[in-house]
Amino acid sequence: MLLEVKGLETTFFTNDGKIPAVDHIDFKVYEGEILGIVGESGCGKSVTSLSIMGLVPNPPGKITSGEILLEGKDLTKLSEKEMRKIRGKDIAMIFQEPMTSLNPLYTIGNQLIEAIRIHNKWDKKKAANHAIEMMKLVGLRRAEELMKEYPHQLSGGMRQRVMIAMALACNPKLVIADEPTTALDVTIQAQIMKLMQDLNKKFNSAVLLITHDLGVVAEICERVIVMYSGQIVEEAPVMEIFKNPSHPYTRGLIQSVPDMREKKETLYSIPGAVPKPGSIKVGCRFAPRCEFARERCFNENPPIYDVSANHKARCFLLEKGEGTVYDKRAVES
Amino acid sequence: MAETATKDMNVQVVEDKVTSPWKEALRTFLRSKSAVAGTVIVLFFILVALFAPIIAPEGINEQKLGDPSTHLVPPSSEFWFGTDEFGRDIFSRVVWGAQISLTVGFGAVVLSAVLGSFLGIIAGYYGRWVDTIISRFFDILLAFPSILLAIAIVSILGSSLQNALIAIAIVNVPNFGRLIRSKVLSVKEEEYITAAKAIGMKDSRILLRHILPNSFAPVIVQGTLAIATAIIEAAALSFLGLGAEPPQPEWGKMLADARIYLMNAPWTMIFPGLAIMLTVLGFNLMGDGLRDALDPKMKN
Repeated sequence: MLLEVKGLETTFFTNDGKIPAVDHIDFKVYEGEILGIVGESGCGKSVTSLSIMGLVPNPPGKITSGEILLEGKDLTKLSEKEMRKIRGKDIAMIFQEPMTSLNPLYTIGNQLIEAIRIHNKWDKKKAANHAIEMMKLVGLRRAEELMKEYPHQLSGGMRQRVMIAMALACNPKLVIADEPTTALDVTIQAQIMKLMQDLNKKFNSAVLLITHDLGVVAEICERVIVMYSGQIVEEAPVMEIFKNPSHPYTRGLIQSVPDMREKKETLYSIPGAVPKPGSIKVGCRFAPRCEFARERCFNENPPIYDVSANHKARCFLLEKGEGTVYDKRAVES
Repeated sequence: MAETATKDMNVQVVEDKVTSPWKEALRTFLRSKSAVAGTVIVLFFILVALFAPIIAPEGINEQKLGDPSTHLVPPSSEFWFGTDEFGRDIFSRVVWGAQISLTVGFGAVVLSAVLGSFLGIIAGYYGRWVDTIISRFFDILLAFPSILLAIAIVSILGSSLQNALIAIAIVNVPNFGRLIRSKVLSVKEEEYITAAKAIGMKDSRILLRHILPNSFAPVIVQGTLAIATAIIEAAALSFLGLGAEPPQPEWGKMLADARIYLMNAPWTMIFPGLAIMLTVLGFNLMGDGLRDALDPKMKN
């Protein structure tokens, strides 16, 4: 096991009080796998990734409890200096906005070389050669020329490739990709996803893919975690989650993806919006939007139930005997 | 017809290749007539200051006490700007004065820009109590009318040109500090800063490599405009007798010494005054041009 997150809680201390953006989540990332985290905006996906990197903006945010074990070492206990040695080297990150994740004042080469030399005591020439090699690896032609160009001369897709090259330059064990294709157009999205899948095999770096796009998840992930309002509501292998979604929220998400084979006038959407983390203190957080909610859902916190060996979900419908009700309605609809 | 079109496009492509952000700013700057005019004026005064020993026919203090016929002579072919009450050539003194005014202007601005940027960056980047302390310090400095504060500082340090420079620098620190602090507050939220942290870059390196260069453009603009103010403030301090010492041909000091002759020998005031005005105008025009060139909001 590469990374184990145990009972992680990241709280934001604001004028409106404490907001637990990530509320006691547990998950594991295995070597070389691609794990997807999906959920709507504001459900805690990005805060989870920043927590792992130790980059939660403080103030107002802070990891208030839990452990993040990278190969058994608890990252939450490391000093800033020790953490810097891990960032970029063991865990690298790819960001959502390729247009702004490169400094506009420096050339691509300059920034790649800098990134490589932080963790390798190489001279500039060797770092430059490595940078060119990495750029070719992520499918950038004219790598030598691109070294001398500025970010604004590159398209969004090219910049995202540069960011991927930068992330992989020090051969990290884990790459966290926070919505890496959201800002790109659809054809480029597919190319970038394919690239990440290829590189995942080639480098054997595990990828933690954060996205709200179930299509992307279906395409490249092996396992999926569904988050809702700071909690993990379902975790399963990717085939399993599409075949047998066990949390009403997951079901809703899958239903709201347009299906090419069906002609429908209106697309399904889950009513309401993600509640502000911390606003629902008692009961299931999805209950106000859930079509299966009963009285119990508003009064008790549902625990996590095992659906099968590696499939878990947080819903009372999965309690013995109750699941049948859900299954029936699921089949009918 | 088609041929010229392709030619034009080629030119476009060639131009697009040289596009470091600084080069682009330079191109915008050179397109503005008033900015170029300001730069010409500033360069003119810089050249005058540099070559003062060659340009000025006399030294700074060649009094002709034995020859009253040379006292308070109006401008003529011999004395271009006339002479003062000691028979000193005003043209020479104005030329030498350029050295003093520009040194004080540049010196004070560089000093306050360095101090202000340092404090501002730290306040903006680290925030919290660091920000509170530094920002309140700026507020306190800004609570005084600037010339009064400068006078107070000079009175503590003792009056000399050097102390006037220091006083002007201190008075201007909060302007630079606040400017760069607010810029840092927005730059530090940029994704490339998070990206730099995510590759394991040190804070000090992030500050110097990413935050400072991306926050510095307004400081250049403010700096150019502040040189103008600093020159006026230095002249004002000297006018009040708190800056330049008697033989020094500081423009403000010359104005002060000449004011009793205003009615019968106006040239003793006009030329130093004109020199101040032109230098300040030059820096202001240049500063406005720089702002247009460097401020992304003004583009297009």
